[in-house]
This record gives sequence, structure tokens and C-alpha cells, in this order.
Amino acid sequence: MKAEVAATEAAAAPVSTAKATLRPWPALAAALFAAVVFLWSAPILWMLLASTRPESFGSLDMARLLPDTIPTTDQFNYAIQDGDWIIWFLNSFILVTGTLIVQLVTISLAGYAFARMEFRGKEILFYVFLFQLMLAPPVLIVPNLTTLVHLGLYDTLIGVMAPYWGSAFGTFLMRQTFRSIPRDFEEAAVIDGASWRQILWLVLLPLARPGIIAFSIVSVVFHWNEYLWPLMVLNSPENMVLTVGLVSFALGAEGASDWGLIAAGTLLVVAPLAVAFVAFQRQFVNSFMSTGIK
Amino acid sequence: MAPYLLLLPALIFLATFTYWPMAQVVFASAFEGRTIGSATTYVAFGNYLRLLDDEDFLGALWNTILFITWTVIPSMALGFLFALALRRSGWLSNIHRALLFFPTLLPLVAAASLFIFIFLPGVGLLDYYLAKIGVHGINWLGDPDLALWSIMLLTIWKNAGYYMLFFLAGLQSLPEDAEDAALIEGASWWQRQYFVVIPMLGPTFAFVSVIAIITAVVQVDHVIVMTKGGPNNATNLLLFYVYQQAHEFYDIGKATAATVVTLAFLLALSALSLRTMERRVHYES
Repeated sequence: MKAEVAATEAAAAPVSTAKATLRPWPALAAALFAAVVFLWSAPILWMLLASTRPESFGSLDMARLLPDTIPTTDQFNYAIQDGDWIIWFLNSFILVTGTLIVQLVTISLAGYAFARMEFRGKEILFYVFLFQLMLAPPVLIVPNLTTLVHLGLYDTLIGVMAPYWGSAFGTFLMRQTFRSIPRDFEEAAVIDGASWRQILWLVLLPLARPGIIAFSIVSVVFHWNEYLWPLMVLNSPENMVLTVGLVSFALGAEGASDWGLIAAGTLLVVAPLAVAFVAFQRQFVNSFMSTGIK
Repeated sequence: MAPYLLLLPALIFLATFTYWPMAQVVFASAFEGRTIGSATTYVAFGNYLRLLDDEDFLGALWNTILFITWTVIPSMALGFLFALALRRSGWLSNIHRALLFFPTLLPLVAAASLFIFIFLPGVGLLDYYLAKIGVHGINWLGDPDLALWSIMLLTIWKNAGYYMLFFLAGLQSLPEDAEDAALIEGASWWQRQYFVVIPMLGPTFAFVSVIAIITAVVQVDHVIVMTKGGPNNATNLLLFYVYQQAHEFYDIGKATAATVVTLAFLLALSALSLRTMERRVHYES
């Protein structure tokens, strides 16, 4: 995953000052591009408008992209009454945190071994990890569901989390992060007789913060947004997560052609990540550049 | 012992949820039955032959190839153009980048539920504004000839901004002299991009294409939400087919055989991506 970390570093590098890249845009091209960006944002803009229109708004003009009414929270009120949002939010929250915490433990340990230790079979084991990177877990939904049933984890949040607990991508990211830390830091600790546990915990992990943050953002976004796997694993209403809840909610509202309501529900699901993105835009962008394969 | 103990936790999960299921699925694809394990009739390659006989499967395979081609190429091309346009940072450029990237953060199902409305015949966002320029009566998701293309449109919209990031990173790491030299030699903007920038970004293109291909194969949430593979199987994709066989038709033989085919698909791509990464390492050092 050298390439991915290289991408992160490149993102942090100062902007090129070459003359060839510094030419200002012709006004026409700039205007044209702004129009493209507007077009690109239209679905989001529509979601914001439709979700804040009053309930009485005629469905014939629902598509209009002009802020033609005083914003109300009607749609959100109805949406919240219609779905078990609190349960869904809570479950999604448990899902992403539970996934991330175990991932951080497994990838730090494995990443450390690959970055700093020499042992027999290292190369083969490295490929064992690398291979998983290409086999995205969604493809193995059928056998994995069987495994969960055997393990008694069907219809549990732990069952949704477990397949992601050994993240090859995270292991590579941590390996690269550890390798970018100069060995001098540890050598002093080694001379003082520190064990690998102490070195990892007290020296390396604090210095590996950028890698940990990058992985955390990507992991949270991925699992907050995932649909197919939780849909297959979870069954009882009290275990539902946001994405699965949103679909059942939207299908009900679609039958009633209640598009404002769907927009409001969609916005509820998107809101936490959107707010975090606006607040930590740079972090998000850098983290996603380091992802490659989720 | 220490290194093996450190690798053990991650390896346990890799083994349980990647390698064991792979073996299982290859084994199970030689049997017929309703669930893995209960499948008792040995049919050797029977399930694969049944797949070859199944028009829905062949359709899904073809749709997947179309889907990969026509989402990967346009979204990469757009991502690259966006990156070129937004290469210089500044407040306006940063806002544009954020707006173009934002769809990446949406859950695919949320994007899908927005796009159901966008594609809605008559009153939806597209038809509403197309009507103003005199275009009427396009049934985006209901017309078998159009539905797959509509779904591709959503996918391109969602992913182009993501790929833009990689190209932005690639552009920033380019040495400046080459482009400056070309400028001094009198090369036009197009010539500089075509002869200097694009060749130097070769590794980035290769890397992004691998990510884009894998994304195209493993994401089918929008199919489940928007079309359920229809109309008339026009939007059935490989992974959706697997899901359907396992959970609607309870045909585990076909589901596992189709999984193996999908895995083979991905493995061919992983070989490609391994090569790409090796090349990239050389490129850096």
C-alpha cells in the first residue's frame, strides 16, 4: 500500500508553483465549469429544498430547484414519527464504533509485525493479506452468512462487524505509517530495555496518529453507508441500522409519492457524515486519498 | 513467537471470513441444495452448466461488463478533467472540490433513493427540466433499453469526485520542469496535457482503474433499491444475481457457482492490480 500512503503525502505537499500550472482561467471556461459543478450538486440541492418544503407543497412542482417557500421542519417531524430513527441511529453508531475499535487493535498489531519484525514466512503472509484486498467481502456474502449462522451470530450487530475485523487495507496502512517513523525513536527505548509492547504502545502508536485517523474516517464512512451485508445479516426490527431502515422507510413513502418525506429521511442518514465533512474537510479528503480499496 | 502472535488476531478474521468461505464456495458449487452444508447431491460442474443455460445469468454477466466499461471510463475521465480544472487551490477551487467529492460520502442507498425521484417520469427532476426544453416522456428506470444506463449515470455521479482526489494527488506530485519546458517550447494547453501530463500520470490511471473496477463489481445496493434487477432483468448485475439466487430462489448451487465466477472475475483484476502496484513501487524509488 505504498502507493496509497504516497498519495496522502502528496496531498500534504505544497501546491506546485510551475508557470504552466499557474495560468488563470479564461472567464468563459470558469463560468462553464461553475455550471457543471452546479449541475453536479443539483441532487443534493434538491434534497435540501424538498426536505424543508411544507407538507402542502404541490407534488407537480416538487422538482423545482428554487427556494420558493419558507423552510419548515414539517417533513422531518413526519419522518421521525414514521421510522424508528433513534434505534437505527444507535445501531449504526454501535456498528461503526464496534467495527473500528477491533480493527484498530488487529491492524496495529499486524501492521507493526510487518513493519518492524523479521520472521519466517513473512513474504507469504504478506501476500495472504494482500490477496484479501482484492476479494472485497461483499462477494462472499453467501458463505459468510452460513458461517454466521453456525457461529450463532445471525441477526446480531457483531455478525455484521466480524468479517471486517481483520482489515488487510488497514494493516497495510499501519505498516506504511510505522515504516515512515524513523527508527531512532525506538532505539532509545530498546536501550532502556523496553519490550515490544511498550515500544508499540508508548512510542509508535502516538506517532502513527495520521494513519490511524485516515483509517478511522474511511472505516466509519464505509460502514455507516453499507447496505447489502447488514440487510442480509439483520432480521429483527430492533437490530436495524440506518441504511436498511432508510430503504424500508423510503419504500413506504414512495408508495404515497411523498418525496419531501423521502428527502428528509435521506438527509437524516446523511447528516452526521455531512456535518463532519464540512467541519474536517481537509482530513476527509486526505483520508480518502489514502484509501484505494475500502 | 512474537510476530506470529501479533498477526494472529487479523489472520483469524481473514481466515474465517475470506479464505474459509472461498474454499467453501468452491466446494459447495459442486452440489445442489437449498443451503450450504445441507447440499447433498453431487453434481460436479452441473451448477456451472446450469448457469450457462440461464439467460438471466448470461444477461447479468453481460450487464456487468457493460456496467464496468461505461461507469469506469466516464467517471475516470470526469475525475481527471475535474482534477485538471481544480489543480490550483484557492477558495473557489476548494469549494468546487468539496461539492464534487460530496456524493462519495453518501450511502449508495441514499443516493439511490434521491435518484428514484430524479428519474421519476413526468414530475421528477430530470423530466421536469427536460420538459422545459421540449423533451418529454423518457422512462428512465422503466424502459429496459434505458434502465441500465440510468443506473450508470448515478454511479458516475457518485464516483467521479472520488477519483478526482487521486488525480489531484497525482498532479501535485508531478515534477514541474517537464510542463514548463513544454510551455516554453510553445505547446498549447491541450498538447501539454496530452503529451506530458497524461503519460506521467500513467501509474495513477492504472491504480484508479483497478479501484474503479472493483467498486463497479461489488456495489449493487442501488440495483436492489431502484430496480430489483428489472425491468425484464435489464439491470441485473452479477452480485445482484448471486443475492437473488441465494435469497429469493434458494438455489444455493447456482448462487455459489455464480459467486465463484464473480471471484474469478475479481481475481483476474487483482492480478492486474498487483502488477500495477509493483510498477508503482519502482516508479517511486
